[in-house]
Amino acid sequence: MHESNLLSLLIFLPVLGAAVIGFAPRNDDWTRRIALAFSLLVFVVSLPLWFNFDTASHEMQFVTRVPWIPAFNVNYAVGVDGISVLLVLLTTLITPMCVLCSWKAIDTRVKEYMIAILIMEAALIGVFVSLDLVLFYVFWEAELIPMLLIIGVWGGQRRVYAALKFFLYTMAGSLPMLVAILALYFTGGETFDIQELSKGSYSSTFQFWVFWAFFLGFAIKVPMFPFHTWLPDAHVEAPTAGSVMLASVMLKLGTYGFLRFSLPITPDASHDFAPVILSLSLIAIIWGSYMALVQTDLKKLVAYSSVGHMGFVTLGIFVFNSEGIEGAILQMVNHGITTGALFLMVGMLYERTHSRLISDCGGLRMTVPIYVTLLAIFSFASFGLPGTNSFVGEFLVLVGSFKSSLLAGAIAIGGVVLTVAYMLWMLQRVVWGESTRKDDVVVTDLNGREIATLVPLLVLVFWIGFNPQPFLDRVRASVEHLVTDVSAIRGAKNIEGLNDAVLPPMRELKPQHAAAANPVAVNRTSADACRALPCQIANWDRKQTL
Amino acid sequence: METLISIKPLLAVLVSAIAAVLVMLSYRRPNLREGWSLGAGVIKFLIVVSMTPVILSGGIIQYTVFKILPGVELAFKVDGIGLLFATTSSFLWIITTVYSMGYMRTLEEHAQTRYYTCFAIALSSAMGVAFAGNLFTLFFFYEILSLCTLPLVIHNEGAKDWDAGRKYLLYLVGASSSILLGAIILTYTLTGTLDFNKAGMFSGLTATTFSGMEIATLLTVMYFMFLYGFAKAGLMPMHNWLPSAMVAPTPVSALLHAVAVVKVGAFCIVRLVTDVFGVPLMQNLHLGDYTAIIASITILASSAYALTQDNLKMRLAYSTVSQLSYIVLGVALLTGNGIIGGIIHIVNHAVTKITLFFCAGSIYVASHKTNISQMSGIARKMPWTIAAFTIASLSIIGVPLFAGFITKWHIAIGTIETKSWVLLGVLLTSSLLNVAYFAPVVYKAVFGTPPEDGHEGISEAPLKVLVPLLITAAGTVVLGIFPDHFLNLIKVGLLR
Repeated sequence: MHESNLLSLLIFLPVLGAAVIGFAPRNDDWTRRIALAFSLLVFVVSLPLWFNFDTASHEMQFVTRVPWIPAFNVNYAVGVDGISVLLVLLTTLITPMCVLCSWKAIDTRVKEYMIAILIMEAALIGVFVSLDLVLFYVFWEAELIPMLLIIGVWGGQRRVYAALKFFLYTMAGSLPMLVAILALYFTGGETFDIQELSKGSYSSTFQFWVFWAFFLGFAIKVPMFPFHTWLPDAHVEAPTAGSVMLASVMLKLGTYGFLRFSLPITPDASHDFAPVILSLSLIAIIWGSYMALVQTDLKKLVAYSSVGHMGFVTLGIFVFNSEGIEGAILQMVNHGITTGALFLMVGMLYERTHSRLISDCGGLRMTVPIYVTLLAIFSFASFGLPGTNSFVGEFLVLVGSFKSSLLAGAIAIGGVVLTVAYMLWMLQRVVWGESTRKDDVVVTDLNGREIATLVPLLVLVFWIGFNPQPFLDRVRASVEHLVTDVSAIRGAKNIEGLNDAVLPPMRELKPQHAAAANPVAVNRTSADACRALPCQIANWDRKQTL
Repeated sequence: METLISIKPLLAVLVSAIAAVLVMLSYRRPNLREGWSLGAGVIKFLIVVSMTPVILSGGIIQYTVFKILPGVELAFKVDGIGLLFATTSSFLWIITTVYSMGYMRTLEEHAQTRYYTCFAIALSSAMGVAFAGNLFTLFFFYEILSLCTLPLVIHNEGAKDWDAGRKYLLYLVGASSSILLGAIILTYTLTGTLDFNKAGMFSGLTATTFSGMEIATLLTVMYFMFLYGFAKAGLMPMHNWLPSAMVAPTPVSALLHAVAVVKVGAFCIVRLVTDVFGVPLMQNLHLGDYTAIIASITILASSAYALTQDNLKMRLAYSTVSQLSYIVLGVALLTGNGIIGGIIHIVNHAVTKITLFFCAGSIYVASHKTNISQMSGIARKMPWTIAAFTIASLSIIGVPLFAGFITKWHIAIGTIETKSWVLLGVLLTSSLLNVAYFAPVVYKAVFGTPPEDGHEGISEAPLKVLVPLLITAAGTVVLGIFPDHFLNLIKVGLLR
């Protein structure tokens, strides 16, 4: 196992940054600069995760393991594999953008705000790299507090309501999870080690309870239908950086949890309840997209689009094949990039118009060419125009879904159309629509800082869109391992239920014995049918009368 | 067979994309701006034509830009059929640019920079579809084409234009991002690749069922998903966007809704039959028959619609819907002559219909008249325009020595070869309908009594408008007499 202190550095550097800001004298300009410097430093330090990651291995890498509370066998254990490495990098990439986009927007209590952002980064990285359940739970809860503060202190008019709703929902989810963690500790041989626990096998009743306990926590985070109602409130009230952090990184905690815990630890229960979760995912895709279609508030529109997009991720995870899961992981990153960018852009517009209503932001036309162009590109990326990142992710998820169930794939495609519809309609209203803006509100084009915030995301949109292999390479080994682990070793069953409801269960593409039943095979032996066309064309010169 | 790796197809696509940027940057200087369009048009045409010798000698030209997933690439593969489409549309772009300069400036249209930019991107996309080596590349450019032509359709930005724009997106993007995307993903799920294959992409399939569905049923369903997913081809009932899109300025209707956009749809259906399903599978599943029925209904019904239109552009639009189905009908016959007739119609109809639209635009520029009933006796004032209109009408009707005849001849032989007497009947009936909806226009313009003012003050449109339409009118005659070049391209394309 590849040992390294890099991950610990990633967790503690932002904390150090927060401490520096905390002890430094109160000076808003310098606070912003220090926060930016530390967040950029963290990003640079995280780069070896990309370059030195061993793509051939599914084992944990960059591992550190130190005993923490030996009495309960609790360790400080961190490491990354293909499932988490991209998410860590996404976190370190998004944080500097959150600092940058708050440069002008936040002018009260800048010091506390920047501390909250940096602590949140540390906690989020901690969740993704923890290899110990206790450590995981600590970070899982720790990440809540800065977010709660960011929404509750720097948010919009209904910030307290939104922050409380966010907090209550998430706490409701994490308490059963704590119980499940303890149950696992006593059943799985008095260990909190996630990898050890993943190797054990548990009775189906036990799996049932653990699965649902975890499910609640993760499903609220994702958020899956019908647990999604906190999300639009939180997004709308949060300051831009809060929305970006929430959408780009925090929602992924839920889907990451499914991949890290539900599938490996409770594979049988995951299979048994896959039809339920697939149905919920499909409802989320359709419902989220449909709700996005009817919004008049830009931020709510993007928030509901998150519900739909995350539906694709859970769909990909619970079809249990490598295309689906690879697509789901890529889609987590893609959603972080495109939705993050859209929230940034909505925030930039809000700073100018002080309104989130589409009608107040409407009719920009070509007075702000850079803004309109970038908004168009990120909207296209969001609905998965070919050549952008989401296309690759959605493509893989849909291939995975079709392999599992024709019906699921067909419904998901319906969600794609709705996504196209609301994104294009939003774009039409913002670019060409009637404007209810007051005449004295002047919308200016993006400045250098704002462009610099968006350019890295723009690069990623096309990089993943045209060359996703480097990303998929890092994911593949772990996904293959997960898929075999879940389906083969435990002898798990195929997905049933959803298929059974409408179509007979999927069968493997077997080599065929009765050639006569197959139209394609017949063709290959039927000589005259095959030659018909070329013959006619070859004789064509002779036959021509013209 | 020689396979050449060359960057030319990529260059042909990129030339107009680069031009689009230059056009945008030189928005303050109209002459320079149109200069970029014209220059890019000429360069693009030269690049396309320079590929002809290799293709005619039986080779193909390939270039892979990006490998995205295994079996999913952004890759170009130039064959005879693609080159035929590319040659046609790049040549007509040059002509249309000249025409646009005359049209847009005389009418003092707004947002001309946006207009030329979108036009250039549209041409890039059309070129990309023509040279696409697989379904992904085809889909990629197909989607971009839908999006970049929207600003051209809603050019006037009135309520009517927005309705048309919404319909445009609903039909084109709605169909492509649902059933077309679904069909493409199912194809990938079944075969693991999206590369075109002359033998049929599914020829390697050995399974009899997939996900509990008979493969034959699934393939049939997928075929129809493809067929209607390519809504740009205007097969009924997915044709309605085209007449609505006539609110666009006439050069847009001319190049995009007679050549680039709709022909991309028809071209995709050609690819669907020849390179995705392949003729043998089409025959086995009887897909050709179904397609021919749909195409026949479209031909007859939209011709009948055309009869009822008084607005000249609307009449031309319904005529286009009907003519597009000739391409589909020819290909659906699944015989050599039928397929050749279908594909050659891409060229023949392009040159013919662009002439007709140019004439409609010329009349509008000169007189601001849009309805046929207002055009009595206008030939006396605009003899050249009406002459060109007459030539193009004869071509659509299918009179020998004009381009349209070549198409009808081949498709008719195709129907005889397959003993499809009903389809032959459809073809002949449709020719009668063509006469019925074009002859009155010409008759009225030439022999009709002029209104009381005697079309006073009306004269021929500016030269920039008139010369292009005379060139394309001459083109219909040249293609009618010397069709060999394009016929040879199709032959090498199909034989490969």
